[in-house]
Amino acid sequence: MREVTKDEVVRISLELNGKTVSGNATSRMLLTDFLRNELGLTGTHVGCEHGVCGCCTVRIDGVAARSCLMLAVQADGRRIDTVEGLAASKDALNALQRAFRKHHALQCGFCTAGILMSFSDFLSRKQNPEEDEVREVLGGHICRCTGYDGLVKAIMEAAAEMRGETPSNAGAA
Amino acid sequence: MKPAPLSYIRPDTAEEAVAGLAEHGADARILAGGQSLMAMLNLRLVEPKALIDISQIDELRSIRIDGNMIEVGAAVTQAEFLAWPQLKEHAPFIAKALPWVGHFQTRNRGTVCGSIAHADPSSELPLSLALLEGEVVLRSKSGTRHLKASEFQTGMLQTARRDDEMITAVRFPADVGTKGAAFREVARRHGDFAIVSVGAVAADQGAVRVAVGGVADRPACIGIEASLTVSDMTDRIERLAWELGGYDDIHASARYRRDLVRRLVPIIIGEVRACAK
Repeated sequence: MREVTKDEVVRISLELNGKTVSGNATSRMLLTDFLRNELGLTGTHVGCEHGVCGCCTVRIDGVAARSCLMLAVQADGRRIDTVEGLAASKDALNALQRAFRKHHALQCGFCTAGILMSFSDFLSRKQNPEEDEVREVLGGHICRCTGYDGLVKAIMEAAAEMRGETPSNAGAA
Repeated sequence: MKPAPLSYIRPDTAEEAVAGLAEHGADARILAGGQSLMAMLNLRLVEPKALIDISQIDELRSIRIDGNMIEVGAAVTQAEFLAWPQLKEHAPFIAKALPWVGHFQTRNRGTVCGSIAHADPSSELPLSLALLEGEVVLRSKSGTRHLKASEFQTGMLQTARRDDEMITAVRFPADVGTKGAAFREVARRHGDFAIVSVGAVAADQGAVRVAVGGVADRPACIGIEASLTVSDMTDRIERLAWELGGYDDIHASARYRRDLVRRLVPIIIGEVRACAK
């Protein structure tokens, strides 16, 4: 049994984007705030803080979920992936990110990190999705810039590229 | 938009969890997937002194067939239940309703039992439990009891759970609706809270059992016999709409909700009868 009392500050260790990191957390600290304020990774955005907008989506043990609906102490010992872990380097975006750039699937970028994390999970489970399925997963995000069509195109093309069906230099950095 | 100060307790077994509830009672809340509770904590709609996190308890993670019941443990997520290989065969109605629960991202953490414990009148899983006449397994330090869906949910976000009890599992009768099952809901965005949801399964002798959510303070069920004429059926649905009443909120008026009942229930009965043929 693990117990963290309300005034306690505890050390949390987790595997973040493949590296073991640690930081201090109180029992009520949200995972979003831990990632942004304690670890300094501000790629994960905070929108509604009640699970509706999708901006704060990260992968928890590989599975896309809202980091505003999870406590930092729950992430202790778990594997967390954020948008910072997607690109191998600044000049080497992954297939999904390249497709987002090519199809204008972002404008202000506020929702983008969450959408990328949702689809990095979804496309790893479903290599050949129907457009309806992509739209269904996209339903868990709110984007006020793109009108979603660019997002759908980008995700469908990235899925095809990840299956090896289109040239990998499409929209390269 | 942050939770009020609280203690966090993560027991390793269900026994430790109920011991925690026995100690803290109404001051504690069980945290499973957190897809309703964490939002309520962030909005400070609830301010418990302690959270008991059951999401890592192995004994609560199983889905199993027990006689003629499908038992889903309290830590099983909606996504895991949806991916259960026997779902379509043994619980065709749930296979249809579950994709409507929240979004891909919230189903990944939200639990089946948590949704039923939360008892939102427009939620799909409480509606499924009511329609299929399932039961809720409640455990406390003094023992375990099984409550029928109709005994469990007592109102809007209200259940018969005592403060010292936790849901360890819910049980759905297996193989109900194998001769026909249908689900529909109306919401502003797929995955958002339903304004009105309706589900139906084929019952004995050509009858159809229908459940309606989002109109009254809890899901309501009626039976439509095969012998009913169209006009009798219309009268029955009209009566149901007025009995349920409906409520006004920012999403819809009571009148609009009643109108959705009148429109959706005949459609869903038709869909179930079409699969039964």
